Amino acid sequence: MTLSNRSSSSRSRRDTRLVAAVATAALGSSAIFVLIVGFLLKESWPALSTIGPARFLFDPAWRPTEGLFGLAPMLSASLAASVGAVILATPLGVASAIFCRHYAPPPIGWIHRWSMALLSGVPSVVIGLWGLTAIVPLIGRFEPPGASLLAGILILTVMITPTIALMSGAALDSLPDAYGRGAVALGLSREATLAHVLLPAARGGVAAGILLAAARALGETMAIVMVSGNVVQAPLSLFDPVRMLTANIALEMAYATGSHRASLFVSGLMLTALVIALAAAAWRLSGDHCHG
Amino acid sequence: MIAYIADTDATAGSGRAAYTLGPLAAGPTCCEPRPQISVENLTLAYDGRAALKEVSLDIFRGCVTALIGPSGCGKTSFLSSLNRLSDLIPGCEVEGRILFDGQNIHDQLTNVRALRRRVGMIFQRPNPFPLSIRRNLEMPLKEHGVQRRADLDAAVWRSLVDVGLWEEVRDRLDAPALALSGGQQQRLCIARAIALQPDVLLMDEPCSALDPVSSTIVEDLIASLRGGYTIVIATHNLAQARRVANYAGFFWVKDRAGVLIEFDHCQRIFDSPRHELTAAYVSGRRG
Ligand SMILES: Nc1ncnc2c1ncn2[C@@H]1O[C@H](COP(=O)(O)OP(=O)(O)OP(=O)(O)O)[C@@H](O)[C@H]1O
Ligand SMILES: [Mg+2]
Repeated sequence: MTLSNRSSSSRSRRDTRLVAAVATAALGSSAIFVLIVGFLLKESWPALSTIGPARFLFDPAWRPTEGLFGLAPMLSASLAASVGAVILATPLGVASAIFCRHYAPPPIGWIHRWSMALLSGVPSVVIGLWGLTAIVPLIGRFEPPGASLLAGILILTVMITPTIALMSGAALDSLPDAYGRGAVALGLSREATLAHVLLPAARGGVAAGILLAAARALGETMAIVMVSGNVVQAPLSLFDPVRMLTANIALEMAYATGSHRASLFVSGLMLTALVIALAAAAWRLSGDHCHG
Repeated sequence: MIAYIADTDATAGSGRAAYTLGPLAAGPTCCEPRPQISVENLTLAYDGRAALKEVSLDIFRGCVTALIGPSGCGKTSFLSSLNRLSDLIPGCEVEGRILFDGQNIHDQLTNVRALRRRVGMIFQRPNPFPLSIRRNLEMPLKEHGVQRRADLDAAVWRSLVDVGLWEEVRDRLDAPALALSGGQQQRLCIARAIALQPDVLLMDEPCSALDPVSSTIVEDLIASLRGGYTIVIATHNLAQARRVANYAGFFWVKDRAGVLIEFDHCQRIFDSPRHELTAAYVSGRRG
């Protein structure tokens, strides 16, 4: 009796300690996030209060030393590059997830899955190097200079296709076998099973993957600096060199002071808000599992 | 061959007179003494290990045939060989012949998708697709070439009426099927199968995941389908088998493989089984 009491109370004490440790870690990580956002707000506050949010969007140019703070060209470059990459990467990623599960012979599917997982881990600077030496010259041959929005889109596509492939694959894998078997038992072809049963059932996870990939594309910096030309201008053609919001921060932070520095923090804040919105949407979608 | 008794061990009761189909004590007159499916020496193995050994039986048109036996005796394996769903399982090998309306379903010429359209299957857990009620019924029809709106609507209505679901869902055909209760989901799955106008329905313990009330409703539905469809139902519920079936086959595990011990009229299996294993199982002494 005493023995069992003691052991159960020691277990509950251990449990309490474990819960405390987990809670601290969880609180710690959300606290760090809150701190970062708070820090961004604090640093961008001088610019937001004296210049005002509207001018960041509507000023005609980005010449912070002359009092022009238009972030619109860079924001539109960021959005154009991300949207373009998502448009290219979504069919590629979803097709790759389907290919290695339903069409490829097992060893090939296995190799394909591993290469996707590895590709998602390649440092972005390395992908940037490859883009700089392979893609930029290739585009330059048709439309000089080569460093352009298109190069940025292609590089981002390489970087986010694995995200979409892995998330869609995980969503397909998590579907109950009963869907596939039920569809086949009704005499549906493999294509119909995929198109009308499995993909619709996995759509939440696929959409979540697309949104996370979009967030990753928006936030990507290093590879983009290397391939997209870094000229501050609104992208009017795929072959225009452009500068993304992220690239702008990385390129100018080292020497910026005063309201120039504060307005770089404003662009950081903008990016964070966009990424949070995308991640929140992804989280909602992936939680919205339609299968039981 | 209507009655079958394993040529092994002791047999209970009198000898093993060959049976001919007499008038069924319980059962519809539409039950024709013509086999829809003839299974001959079916042996099924997973990764070289036999799960079913040399099973032969005839499944009669318009009748309900119940498969009973302990867990692991191969009821599910038997059912999934009838619509070649066993093709999906890697390492699953099937030997012997299965004649569906006289045609060997393992022939090169057999169109497997057409076979599966004619041999529908209901699973233990209701598995409606995560689509709307209407899409669940329409999508397979469209895939099998039914395109006209009027035909689709008629088929949706007809199948829902047949399973007694129409009144319950007529106002929410576009609501998600997964919002239905378990029993309604199972009836929707039956509707989805019969919308394709199959000849045969294979049911693998269709009531065992349902609450008692839903289970009774689905069981009554199965009884009402008797005559219109050839039904093969695997069940652990002996009372249910007795209530709905015209024929029953008793499977048992022997040397780690499932074998058919006895096959006969349902009444005969339950009231005067000839094999002592059958007698022990149906009386609840073994199993
Ligand atoms: N996919 C599979 N791979 C390997 N072995 C399998 C597989 N499916 C079934 N088996 C084996 O085959 C035998 C028969 O299984 P089966 O599911 O057909 O029996 P059952 O009569 O339907 O059982 P239950 O009443 O529990 O549903 C069992 O020994 C089982 O372990
Ligand atoms: Mg089973």
